[in-house]
Amino acid sequence: MHLLSHADDHQGTRRDFIYYATAGAGAVVTGAAVWPLVNQMNPSADVLALASIRVDISAIDPGTQLTVLWQGKPVFIRARTEEEIAAARAVDLSDLPDQNAENENSVVGADASDENRALSEDGVWLVQMGICTHLGCVPLGEQGEFGGWFCPCHGSHYDTAGRIRKGPAPRNLLVPVASFVDETTIQLG
Amino acid sequence: MSGIPHDHYEPKSNFTKGVESRLPIIGLLHTTLTAPTPKNLNWMWIWGIVLTFTLALQIATGIVLVMHYTPHVDMAFNSVEHIMRNVNGGHMIRYFHMNGASLFFLAVYIHMFRGLYYGSYKAPREITWIIGMLIYIMMMGAGFMGYVLPWGQMSFHGTAVITGLFGAIPFVGESLQTLLLGAGAVGQPALNRFFSLHYLLPFIIAGLVIVHIWAFHSTGNNNPTGVEVRRGSVAEAKKDTLPFWPYFVIKDLFALAIILTVFMAVVGFMPNYLGHPDNYIPANALATPSHIVPEWYFLPFYAILRAFTADVWVVQIVNFLSFGIIDAKFFGVLAMFGAIFVMALAPWLDTSSVRSGRFRPMFKWWFALLAVDFVVLMWVGAMPTDGIYPYISLLGATYWFAYFLIILPLLGVIEKPLTPPATIEDDFNAHYGPKTGGTAAKPAE
Repeated sequence: MHLLSHADDHQGTRRDFIYYATAGAGAVVTGAAVWPLVNQMNPSADVLALASIRVDISAIDPGTQLTVLWQGKPVFIRARTEEEIAAARAVDLSDLPDQNAENENSVVGADASDENRALSEDGVWLVQMGICTHLGCVPLGEQGEFGGWFCPCHGSHYDTAGRIRKGPAPRNLLVPVASFVDETTIQLG
Repeated sequence: MSGIPHDHYEPKSNFTKGVESRLPIIGLLHTTLTAPTPKNLNWMWIWGIVLTFTLALQIATGIVLVMHYTPHVDMAFNSVEHIMRNVNGGHMIRYFHMNGASLFFLAVYIHMFRGLYYGSYKAPREITWIIGMLIYIMMMGAGFMGYVLPWGQMSFHGTAVITGLFGAIPFVGESLQTLLLGAGAVGQPALNRFFSLHYLLPFIIAGLVIVHIWAFHSTGNNNPTGVEVRRGSVAEAKKDTLPFWPYFVIKDLFALAIILTVFMAVVGFMPNYLGHPDNYIPANALATPSHIVPEWYFLPFYAILRAFTADVWVVQIVNFLSFGIIDAKFFGVLAMFGAIFVMALAPWLDTSSVRSGRFRPMFKWWFALLAVDFVVLMWVGAMPTDGIYPYISLLGATYWFAYFLIILPLLGVIEKPLTPPATIEDDFNAHYGPKTGGTAAKPAE
């Protein structure tokens, strides 16, 4: 009797162990099989390949904008007029829905002042992604209640510094990594 | 299939006996086709057949369109023009497919509102209702991805907006959007995978349709009175029902013929009426069309998406309570999906003891208002986002949620319903007299 019950116990635990081991192995194998099927949807190597482009800005007159395609996305490069810069710098920062500069070139946590968003010291050059931070439409220039950009899809208004002022968009237009190569060339990325 | 008592199939010839003993497929088809169906069904019960037909139409036309279409950003637009201009009869096949989507959604909306009015979602048909909602979500996915394929301006920027919805989810949104698009922006990876999924989804829908039919063949159809078929015996059940074939098949086919006549007129004479001219402009990443509007069948939910802006106090409270995690953008997305989710919860939100709206004097008016609300949302979803329109969409969205979350549960408590007839037979006889029931070749009207 003693031997039998001992054997029963032993058999029970061993069977339990086999159940758990099988279920565990099954879960791991299923995960290992499914993950590549999901991960293949992520950007492929060629898409990920970091592309930086150089843009000739010599032909952009004050008060006009060049839109270039960079990594599949539109980028606005605008030469702002004195009035636009003045309007952007006159804004009280506490009025802004998004207080962050949203500028990849500036330090993390920089405030949304016009100086922190413009690419050049004098404030003339403003480079930003032409993608509405709401749902990704391309905003239209020199429109909207604040004279900056207006997104026709859901009515987001941006000011002359590309900061969200009114409408559903949560953030200012993003400023991508950009720098001057020389006086008439800007490098994106 | 179980359900209402009925005569079972008895194979007679040696051949059918032989088949049936090996694979009972003749019996299955026979039982399905002759399913006992309440004989008082009205014209609102034809849309299921219209939907089944439309699914077949979309799959058939879709398969042949794929023989000529190229899912590449440089060639997609031109391959669609190639279908329109060069392929034999290609323009008609594409117009059938394009407008077939509209017919599909028109039929599904009537079908759903039929269910909402006659309480078809209520016990014991919750599973039928839930599967129906799953089919509807799949349809929305298929419809959206199909609209992307011609790679016109609306296709391109519509994709940016719709995948942006997923980007609004806190923390994981951006990675999720990148996963969906296969890149940081809309492009070749997105087009290619949408093509793959657009081909796949209709077959998943077809599978769900079979389960949908299986479910309501198990519970039996609902009917305008909401009174259940008597199940004491086959003879008793026969007093309340007629076999699906031939009675309802003929009735449904007659209705289908009329609907297809109108459909043909639309396809033949005004094939682009429901579309947008902007989608005949090749996709251009640098310019969004000045007025982005989804297809008409998405407009009610699109209006709800746009209704909740940052200046709405509900949005502000939720934003505050969630420590800013739920901003206006995410709130809009939640509201849009929530609008469909509350509809799926209808079986558990409706507390009334009476199933059919026909015997619910107060419910009738609230339901009518919901139908009006749906149309108003559809209209306002196509309007610009300034002036009075945001207020109308907010009002419409609020009523939509109020109907499901407040009115449906409350009505069951405060409303005094009328007494439905004791049996379907009584209801039928009250309309047509006892002599025509079950013996006339004419199906119930």
